[in-house]
Amino acid sequence: MSEIAYRVPTMAEMAANNETPEVLFWVGCAGSFDDRYKKVTVAFVKILNSAGVKFAVLGTEESCTGDPARRAGNEFTFQMLAMSNIQVLDMYNVKKIVTACPHCFNTLKNEYPALGGNYEVLHHSEYLQQLIDAGRVRLQGGEVFKGKKITFHDSCYLGRANDVYEAPRHVLEALDADLVEMKRCRTKGLCCGAGGGQMFKEPEPGRKDVNIERIEEALQTGADTIAVACPFCMVMMTDGIKNKEKEQSVKVYDLAELIAQAKGL
Amino acid sequence: MQILQQIIFIAALGMVSWLIYQRVGIIGKTIRLGKDENRTDQPARRLSIMMRVAFGQKKMFDRPLIGFLHFAVYAGFILINIEILEIVLDGILGTHRIFAGPLGAFYSILIGFFELLALGVLIACSIFLIRRSILKVERFQPSRHREMTGWPQLDGKLILVFEIVLMIAILSMNAADSALQDLGSEHYPVAGDFLISQFLKPLFAGWSEGALIAYERIAWWVHILGIFVFAVYLTYSKHLHIALAFPNTYFSRLEPKGEMKNMPEITQEVKIMLGLETQAGDAAVPERFGAKDVADLTWKNLMDAYSCTECGRCTSACPANITGKKLSPRKIMMDTRDRLEEVGRNILANKGQFVDDNKSLLGDYIQEEELLACTTCNACVQECPVLINPLDIILQLRRHKVMDEAQAPGSWNMMFQNLDTNQAPWKFSPGDRFNWASAVTDSGREDNSTAS
Repeated sequence: MSEIAYRVPTMAEMAANNETPEVLFWVGCAGSFDDRYKKVTVAFVKILNSAGVKFAVLGTEESCTGDPARRAGNEFTFQMLAMSNIQVLDMYNVKKIVTACPHCFNTLKNEYPALGGNYEVLHHSEYLQQLIDAGRVRLQGGEVFKGKKITFHDSCYLGRANDVYEAPRHVLEALDADLVEMKRCRTKGLCCGAGGGQMFKEPEPGRKDVNIERIEEALQTGADTIAVACPFCMVMMTDGIKNKEKEQSVKVYDLAELIAQAKGL
Repeated sequence: MQILQQIIFIAALGMVSWLIYQRVGIIGKTIRLGKDENRTDQPARRLSIMMRVAFGQKKMFDRPLIGFLHFAVYAGFILINIEILEIVLDGILGTHRIFAGPLGAFYSILIGFFELLALGVLIACSIFLIRRSILKVERFQPSRHREMTGWPQLDGKLILVFEIVLMIAILSMNAADSALQDLGSEHYPVAGDFLISQFLKPLFAGWSEGALIAYERIAWWVHILGIFVFAVYLTYSKHLHIALAFPNTYFSRLEPKGEMKNMPEITQEVKIMLGLETQAGDAAVPERFGAKDVADLTWKNLMDAYSCTECGRCTSACPANITGKKLSPRKIMMDTRDRLEEVGRNILANKGQFVDDNKSLLGDYIQEEELLACTTCNACVQECPVLINPLDIILQLRRHKVMDEAQAPGSWNMMFQNLDTNQAPWKFSPGDRFNWASAVTDSGREDNSTAS
């Protein structure tokens, strides 16, 4: 597989060559700057390359979607960011977007239309499922994950916010691993504690941190892998594992990383 | 004697109707204080939601046993009302069991069915009372949830006792009635023994006709006056959900739960700042951003508040509340209603006009710490059996805090600043946004990096 020369074309390059991508990969701030989540971005890009998807990214032309500002109550900053993103997206005549961040996904899909930005938006779990179903991503053997126990932590902005519960599970099923559910899953899934701007502030006083409550539940399943599909969940779950000193025995991975691992990318 | 009973009955019925009319008036008036919002699109879809969620109680069956018990009370309430029609007609006309003649043998079957429902209500309400008082189900306990202290806790138990008393009255009244029928008492047409109350008849063995008539009359009056009091009481209580569950589900949000409503009043300004639009002459600056008091919320938020029956499913699913933070979505709804009731009393006391009382929902009822604890996870919205949306209120209050009062935690202000200057919530240079790509292209053989 290492024969592939991975490419990350930008919209600007595509436009200059008069080309149109199948899909725009919206990387998001965590995917661009956060060291841990950059690995997810890389994994997803490798999958896109190996599946032969003609995609592009905005590169430095991308800005935050504005989600954290809006949830924190700062509508002004949200709309400034949203408007300029819509200008860029419309300039490139973007029709279809895929993103690995449920917050970006929710904002682009549900909130940009009211500001004039209308796109078909998919979360990477949905896109990966489509690639798998279409046979563009093939997982042979299934040796890598045989006998491994994986539990999936629902992201609020994917699940309750947008009713995407099954796509990530379908993707995980393709790994041929042992998928175990936490007691609170799907519509009852417990938040990681980072949504609504909490990622960017200390929690309010309380008995416990939300991510500790959640990681305890995840550990109870006996899973050795906690699968996530959101950069904030990734941070919170990873911190939870550290807090419980389980870094050696339990790993937190994004769906795309697990697929990339299974494909040896 | 008979005519006196009729007069008292008609007077009681009139008074109850007037009191309820007054209450409905003020509740409607306070709901209309809220901002306009169109919730009448897609009527077919809305009707189907109402039929499933309110009429069919779909979400209550998330917990099957409780769902079943609640359904028993609900079905009892709806169907026994048909019998109340007979009771009211008897009361006005001075008749006794007016439907017994016309319905013939079917009458006894019908009453038997109502009695079965009454027994169901009796059992379910007793179990609910045990859950609240003896088993001490966590979400009802004031020791754990401060919003349940005092009246809300009493309200919850009172209504259950009420229903139990009413059901005992109706069943024992029917038993005494049957006993009177057996005696051939003049005023009591033979309708046969009834399904459940026949088992209570031994209690009345050996009673004189006079004593039985007295008991039957007292039970009849306790039952119907109880219903009258109940009807007025419920407009003040959390039990308003009995009626409001229907419109509240009909007018519920149809958009994905994750979507926050846009603020068009800001869009205009942003467009001008980005040079997309020139200053329009009549660009009115809104007097207030977000919501500070009930009148800043939408009418649907306010209907939500009246529809809340304080069951606490929202709060027991709230990650902030579970981990001991001050936030309780149920308290958000109860505070909104309490403030709304206060505004309603103010309006009544001031001849239909609200006179400023220097109070507001935000600050006097709901504190900043509660708002700041929310993760916007939508668990509360997901849980509500009547589709109340506490998150919508929380977010509107947050908007006020941040945009109108410029009050945000320091770290949020840093985040806002980063977004304004770097277009990212963290302090990274926008020019470095694409640096990650080198990790991809380096791992391939052919370096085709497009990253700078």
